[in-house]
Amino acid sequence: MSDDGSPPNTVPVLEAEGLVKRFGSQPVLSGIDFGVAEHEVVALIGASGSGKSTLLRCVSLLEELDDGTVRLDGDDITDPRADADRVRSRFGVVFQAFNLFPHLSVLENVTLAPRVVHGVSRAEAEDRARGLLDRVGLAAKATEYPDRLSGGQQQRVAIVRALANEPRMLLLDEVTSALDPELVGEVLRLVRELKDEGVTILMATHEMGFARQVADRVVFLDDGRLVEQGPPEVVLVDPRQARTRQFLARVIDAGRL
Amino acid sequence: MTVPAEVFPELSLAQRDRLTYRRGQARRSRLLAGSSTVVFLAVFGTVIVLSPGWERVQSQFFDLQVARDSLPAIAEGFWLNLRVLAFCAVLILVVGLGVAALRTLRGPVFAPLRFLAAAYTDIFRGFPLIVLLYLVGFGVPGLRLQGVPTSPVVLGGVALVLTYSAYVAEVFRAGIDTVHPSQRMAARSLGLTYGQSMRKVVLPQAVRRVTPPLLNDFVALQKDVGLISVLGAVDAVRAAQIEVARTYDFTPYLVAGLLFIALAVPTVRLADWVNARAARRQQAGGLT
Ligand SMILES: Nc1ncnc2c1ncn2[C@@H]1O[C@H](COP(=O)(O)OP(=O)(O)OP(=O)(O)O)[C@@H](O)[C@H]1O
Ligand SMILES: [Mg+2]
Repeated sequence: MSDDGSPPNTVPVLEAEGLVKRFGSQPVLSGIDFGVAEHEVVALIGASGSGKSTLLRCVSLLEELDDGTVRLDGDDITDPRADADRVRSRFGVVFQAFNLFPHLSVLENVTLAPRVVHGVSRAEAEDRARGLLDRVGLAAKATEYPDRLSGGQQQRVAIVRALANEPRMLLLDEVTSALDPELVGEVLRLVRELKDEGVTILMATHEMGFARQVADRVVFLDDGRLVEQGPPEVVLVDPRQARTRQFLARVIDAGRL
Repeated sequence: MTVPAEVFPELSLAQRDRLTYRRGQARRSRLLAGSSTVVFLAVFGTVIVLSPGWERVQSQFFDLQVARDSLPAIAEGFWLNLRVLAFCAVLILVVGLGVAALRTLRGPVFAPLRFLAAAYTDIFRGFPLIVLLYLVGFGVPGLRLQGVPTSPVVLGGVALVLTYSAYVAEVFRAGIDTVHPSQRMAARSLGLTYGQSMRKVVLPQAVRRVTPPLLNDFVALQKDVGLISVLGAVDAVRAAQIEVARTYDFTPYLVAGLLFIALAVPTVRLADWVNARAARRQQAGGLT
């Protein structure tokens, strides 16, 4: 993306205002406001069921909001007149369970959206895909099918698939929780490289150590509410809110910090 | 007789013992199965050949001369069956897939379409094919509408397509349901539209999974194309009927039946092979 170290744009890349989401009568998001600036990496933390995944799915229009507004580069993407399919292609979403397409080869997984959504020619799409795969050390796997890859390799392909769309920002939903411990590192290394290149990232994570190293800002969700946000040194080390402290104490008990 | 050490030098004695035991068991089962089959066939054949009416039945059902004489007419009828089969099979796949896709549409806008598709599959899966053949084959020409075909071949084909598409739609729908929603979500997250996600991601996976049951339906259709004879279309069955009336001998029916078997066997083998391959893949945990 662009040169690193420049001051953040005045208009945030992503801006969420008053997000409300219910499943049936159960409120899952109860009025959430936050933003993500250009080149910023924001980590979403919170207990299981606190609404992290729902939040990511709502801002990327994979789930319909019950109330609130989401702006991408200042454009209201929750406006029903916006082309939702186009908007979705501007987010690169990576899921906990990879969700690669099992009937397509690695190369076909990566080139599907550029070809179908953006009308890029096959040759050009494959060229770019091979370049990206090469970057993550998976060029040799281009013709393999996903079930022949390790979890870490699958997740890196999923990240490449998201990047191939040239998204405005990446949304990562616990991209390492389905991986064996020895495979976590290779995926986290890739995320860190992307950050160094200036990719804007919003990621839900249980990896507190990683959040602390990589995130510019940490957002703590509890029961569908944004309880606290700030630099990782504050939120993860000396949080202001009692709820955050409780959560971190439990995480430390579980040996994850 | 233990498996000799020279053959499997890398195996432990215990494993060689196990192999030996298993081979012995397999040999005994094969022997038992083989001999019981031979005994059964011998008894069955003897009972039939020694039955009091065998002479008559033999001349009425197994007359080689009649078989040879009737074959050209029946084969010509069978060619009609093959063409009807090919047309119907393609139409059934298209209609079945379309109906299945309609039933997966979500949102209140599509409620009427969903309802129609559901009503169609419910009605035509329950409706006896033979009754439908009569209704379409004799009812539609009775309307005397301009431009509506009256040929028994076409109308018989329509009845077959109506019935079989309902079955096939259900097979496709089951296949679509087995594709995990996260696949659709991944496709949508990349910006694919509902239709693109369906075409590029959901249906290819669904179709792979339902190929074995579809082949079974295809075998059933191969026989059921013979039913257009009840409308008067001169297919293999009708041609055989004409020959039977001419020769006062039932052999032509047997000839027609053998032709249908000859058609079915390769498909059944193919279905078995596809089934076995699918089972192996499942075991390997993969899908590809
Ligand atoms: N499709 C759905 N239908 C009904 N309830 C849902 C649905 N998706 C999520 N929920 C509920 O919404 C709440 C928040 O879920 P969400 O997946 O967003 O949590 P999370 O913070 O991502 O948790 P985890 O850390 O376990 O991934 C949970 O109580 C969950 O049961
Ligand atoms: Mg989650």
